[in-house]
Amino acid sequence: MQAAKIILFTLLAASAATAVTYLNPADAEYGDVVMNEFSDDAGMRPVVFPHWFHRIRFRCKVCHGDLGFAFKAGGNGINMLKIIDGEYCGACHDGNVAWSIENCDLCHSGMPNTPTQVHNSTSQKLVAPVAPGSVTQPDAGSED
Amino acid sequence: MRQKPALVLLTTLLLTLAAGIAAGNWKTLRNDQLHDPSNPSLRVLQDPEEALALLPPDTAGNMVNWVTALQRGIISPRSSLREDREHEILDDDVLMLDTMPLPYVRFPHRPHSEWMGCETCHEKLFVSVAGANAINMGKILDGQYCGVCHGAVAFPLTECNRCHNTDSSTVSGARPGGTLP
Repeated sequence: MQAAKIILFTLLAASAATAVTYLNPADAEYGDVVMNEFSDDAGMRPVVFPHWFHRIRFRCKVCHGDLGFAFKAGGNGINMLKIIDGEYCGACHDGNVAWSIENCDLCHSGMPNTPTQVHNSTSQKLVAPVAPGSVTQPDAGSED
Repeated sequence: MRQKPALVLLTTLLLTLAAGIAAGNWKTLRNDQLHDPSNPSLRVLQDPEEALALLPPDTAGNMVNWVTALQRGIISPRSSLREDREHEILDDDVLMLDTMPLPYVRFPHRPHSEWMGCETCHEKLFVSVAGANAINMGKILDGQYCGVCHGAVAFPLTECNRCHNTDSSTVSGARPGGTLP
């Protein structure tokens, strides 16, 4: 019985892994965060935050600790006023540590109407794929 | 007992297959279907392959073994914006025994505390009391506990055996949530 359970579980897990590999609608980098709380409404492209780029330069604790970023896409209520005020992204994106906010298009670089999400997350791939251009996803983060 | 080698072989084969299909398959920003290719500033941004191809390879997530990259000093991410002060590294392993038919989970504090501070996880995400966190895969898939990072930015949840990594026969006298040196 025990062995049968193990085999069944392994097969399930293996099919899930294979499904993840094959059924992958958009293929942007794992961990990229799309932020579209206010962007679409403001006529801007949504923000794509590349986790991979930032973690080469900073350990997790710098942002998810010192800077107070909650571990949730769309869960921080970030807007440009706060950034200009030196909060969140603005702690570095001040023209000193990293590029300043005049470079709108470098952050606001996503496909319009892409919902707020952690792109390519396991649950997104297995349960609820989110395609670009489908901003009406029910779980797309808080609305403004 | 007889099934175990076959099981390990099957799992390894399937994981290798999945890894082989995906390895090194970094999309350019222009073609990743997430960035807007009509954005003229896109060419200023770095494509993932340019940076990630230089780092220790892996078979899932970003296809980069971030822990090895940090431990070997291939990357030197800062610990703080103000000064690069050392932060506390905790070098013990926590055993989780309530894993149904799967191998036990041996959670290594060291690589986690190299990336994060104690306060990143404790006490909001995990209470620091042995066995006091009612963790299960449902909650993890729902983005709680380990699932806050694993499945979102740290290696994905389809990598079962990276966490379920300890055969019960190799551990004796362990208690749930107990630590190992």
